Amino acid sequence: MTVKTARKGRVVVKKEMCKGCMLCVEYCRRNVLRVSESFNKMGYHPAEADESAECTACMVCSLVCPEVAIEVYDDEDRSE
Amino acid sequence: MKLKNKWPKYYKKDVITHYCPGCGHGIVHRIVAELLEEMELGKRAVCVNPAGCAVLAYKYFDIDMIESAHGRGTAIATGVKRARPDLFVFTYQGDGDLSAIGTAETIHSANRGEHISVVFINNAVYGMTGGQMAPTTLVGMRTTTTPSGRNPEYDGYPLHITEVVASFPGVAYAERVAVDGPAGIQKTKKAIRNAFQCQIDGLGYSIVEVLSPCPTNWKMTPRASFTWITEEMTKEYKLGVLADRRARE
Repeated sequence: MTVKTARKGRVVVKKEMCKGCMLCVEYCRRNVLRVSESFNKMGYHPAEADESAECTACMVCSLVCPEVAIEVYDDEDRSE
Repeated sequence: MKLKNKWPKYYKKDVITHYCPGCGHGIVHRIVAELLEEMELGKRAVCVNPAGCAVLAYKYFDIDMIESAHGRGTAIATGVKRARPDLFVFTYQGDGDLSAIGTAETIHSANRGEHISVVFINNAVYGMTGGQMAPTTLVGMRTTTTPSGRNPEYDGYPLHITEVVASFPGVAYAERVAVDGPAGIQKTKKAIRNAFQCQIDGLGYSIVEVLSPCPTNWKMTPRASFTWITEEMTKEYKLGVLADRRARE
C-alpha cells in the first residue's frame, strides 16, 4: 500500500499484564491510550489503545510502563 | 508493522510482578534487563537481591541470582566477585536495605573499592513493611511512624549515603538519578550503563542511586508521585554525578 496516512504506529496493551497505573495514559501526547471500562483478571482497569488515534510510535508509553505491558509497532515504510 | 520494543531477553517471559501499580521497581527492572542484553552480560551476570520490595526479583530476572540477608548484599557480592572475578556481579538494593541495616556493608565494600556495581533504589520509605520512616525519609514527610511529619529534632535528618560513599577513593562512579518521567528514565538507563561499564573496565566500585516512586505508601497517584519526586525529593537529594574517577589511570 502506498496510501500515506497520518497514522505511523500502533500500540498494543497486554490487557492481563496491565495494572492500570495510567502512566502511559498521562504521558501520551496524542491521546492514543485511555483507561478501559472493563476489568482484567487482577481486577484493574487496564489501559487500552484507541485505534482511531494518530500514534507516532514515539515509545514514551513503553518507556514509562512499569510492567512491560505495551508493545509498540512502527510502520516499516517510514523507517526506511 | 514492525515491533519496536522487544521483550528483554533476561526478563522472564510475560512475567507479572508483585509490585504495586506505578512502582518504580518495574521500570528499573526493565532497564537492568535491557542493559544486560545490550551489554552482553547476561550469561555471566550474578545479581544479589535485597530484603525489601525487590526481594522477589529472582522470580523476574532470567539470570543467576543470590538472595542476601537483610542489608548484606554488597558483602555477598564481594565474596562472589573475589572468588570469580570473571563474573559480572551487581546488587539491587532498596533504601531500607542499603542505607539502614546495611550501612556498614555498603560503606566498607565501597571503601575497599570492590569491583561490583550497586543499583540503589531510594523511595524514602520502607515500602514492603507498610511505609514506615526510613533513614532517607524527607524532613516533614508523613509516614506511618511519623504521622505528623519527620521531625529532625526527634528523628534526625535524611541520610545521604551516596554522597558518603562517593567521597571514598575506591569508588569509580557514583550518580543520582530519578525515575520521574520519560527523560528521567532515559537518564537512569544511561547512568546504570556507566556504572556497569566501570565494572567491565575493572575501575572499582560503582553506585547509582535511583529516586523511585512509591505511590502506595506516599498515598498518591503514580503520576502525582512522579511530580513529587521532581518538585520535592530532588530538593533534598540533588541529581547528578557525585563521583567520576573513570579518567584516572
